[in-house]
Amino acid sequence: MVSAVQEMDQLTRVQNPADPANRVKLEVRDVAIRYGSSIAISEINLEVRKNEIFGIIGPSNAGKTSFLKAINRMNDFDSGMSVEGEILFDGTDIRDVRNVYALRNRIGVVFPLPVGLPLTVYENVAFVPRLRGIGDKAELDVIVERCLTRAALWDEVKDRLNSLGSLLSGGQQQRLTIARALSQEPELLMLDEFSIAVDPVTTMRIEDVLKELKPEMSIILVTNLVQQARRLADRTAFFLDGECVEIGETDDLFSGRVKDARTTDYIEGRFG
Amino acid sequence: MANPGIADNQFLETELNVSAKRTETLFRILFMVMAGLLILPVLIILTTLLVKGSSIISFDFLFTSPTDGMTAGGIFPALLGTVWLVGVALIISVPVGVAAAVYLSEYAPDNWFTRAINLAIINLAGVPSIVHALFGVGAFVIFFGFGTSILAASMTLAVMTLPVVIVATRESLQAVPQAFREACWNMGATRWQTIRRVVLPNSVSGILTGVILEVSRTTGETAPIMFTGAAFFIPVLPESVFDQTMALSLHLFVVSTQVPNVPEALPYGVALVLISMVLLMNSASIALRMHLRGKKKW
Repeated sequence: MVSAVQEMDQLTRVQNPADPANRVKLEVRDVAIRYGSSIAISEINLEVRKNEIFGIIGPSNAGKTSFLKAINRMNDFDSGMSVEGEILFDGTDIRDVRNVYALRNRIGVVFPLPVGLPLTVYENVAFVPRLRGIGDKAELDVIVERCLTRAALWDEVKDRLNSLGSLLSGGQQQRLTIARALSQEPELLMLDEFSIAVDPVTTMRIEDVLKELKPEMSIILVTNLVQQARRLADRTAFFLDGECVEIGETDDLFSGRVKDARTTDYIEGRFG
Repeated sequence: MANPGIADNQFLETELNVSAKRTETLFRILFMVMAGLLILPVLIILTTLLVKGSSIISFDFLFTSPTDGMTAGGIFPALLGTVWLVGVALIISVPVGVAAAVYLSEYAPDNWFTRAINLAIINLAGVPSIVHALFGVGAFVIFFGFGTSILAASMTLAVMTLPVVIVATRESLQAVPQAFREACWNMGATRWQTIRRVVLPNSVSGILTGVILEVSRTTGETAPIMFTGAAFFIPVLPESVFDQTMALSLHLFVVSTQVPNVPEALPYGVALVLISMVLLMNSASIALRMHLRGKKKW
């Protein structure tokens, strides 16, 4: 058991960027996920580096979403879901993190269908800062404007910050959820098929946003569009039926330098 | 029009079609009549009460005490007593019921304990009111020593109506999409932060509706209060929850069956007041529900 002080220390220490071990943000060792007797993920090993976009591609039912849930320890709230193996966030096994809320706070999540909370646009973005005890209106104003601007939404909503977030269009709502995730000042941003309910133009805008965010955080991009992974991801993993078939530099995967033929088959659209 | 004759022939009714259509009509009418029958009792009750009771309704009837051995005068002590009983019952049952429902909807894992609670709620809802009355006498009047009082009667009513509050609250909590909760949890909000900021504000309409339905139900209850706190006749108005009180429902029973020489209009008038209170609250509940539904946020 790690003491609370050590835990905070490990999560917040200033790390030496020269040390290669410190370039890893998230390390996943032998992770298996089960729902009762059915296996969602078996024996996955991978690492996500700092300031990289890590793509995860694969057909539905490959265990991509379950994998993201496990990283955020959402299995705590889902008694049917069990996770084995180690997930290290900044070198700390997340199972040892006693304050799971602080862990989740450092990880931003964007869902396939935009979930605008039934609050105003402003309150959607101010939600996490408020939970952190920021009550000063001026301070919140700054945070809200900054996050909405970075999510490329500010210009469209600055005149209706007090209307309901759920009344925005689908593409705007998805950018709102990104702004909300950014209000957490996340170290890791996980996007789960964010473009499913978003038009192509907005998709491209969000992709630009992600490129801009990369210098500040690690991003896991789960996507059903292989071309999206190609455009954005530094490295890409291919999940199939709960198995991680292959992990490699995105360029390698898309230029046929693969270890497993199934990867190329999927990328070229021969199945999935 | 190449061959209209053939096209027409294709859609000629067969013997089977005709009989199917006839049966269809028969059942439709049958079901409609059954549904329509529902209106009858409501109409009969309301018109009877209005015709026979409305003559006695007046300001004095509502706001003075009964006189001449309850054969004349007004119903004010009973009216006020009902307000007391229902009010105190609400103060007890709403916090308990809402808290229980929040636990069951938002926290409870699926285990034997939760199942036991759910079973208890179902059974509590099925207990006949006269049994609740006797439970109230044993528990609140005697064991807790409240005596026959507003407090004992209201607690009995509260126990009896808890299932209504719990079920209505739980249903409105569960009408809030799970995705909202998961979005909050993923941002590092605790369950309570999620409930307070997102779930409860969006289920208030359902909870209020449940509460109002509880009020209207409690208003009419007679058995649970007649042994625990409501009295036949009391010359003074209640001043605290430890006093006994008169109540409209019991008063109706008394003037209908227990007192000789009551003018015919009196019980009808009491019943009319009672049913008006209930209908008024039900209408308020419907209006509130419609108003809040119009403000739905997703």
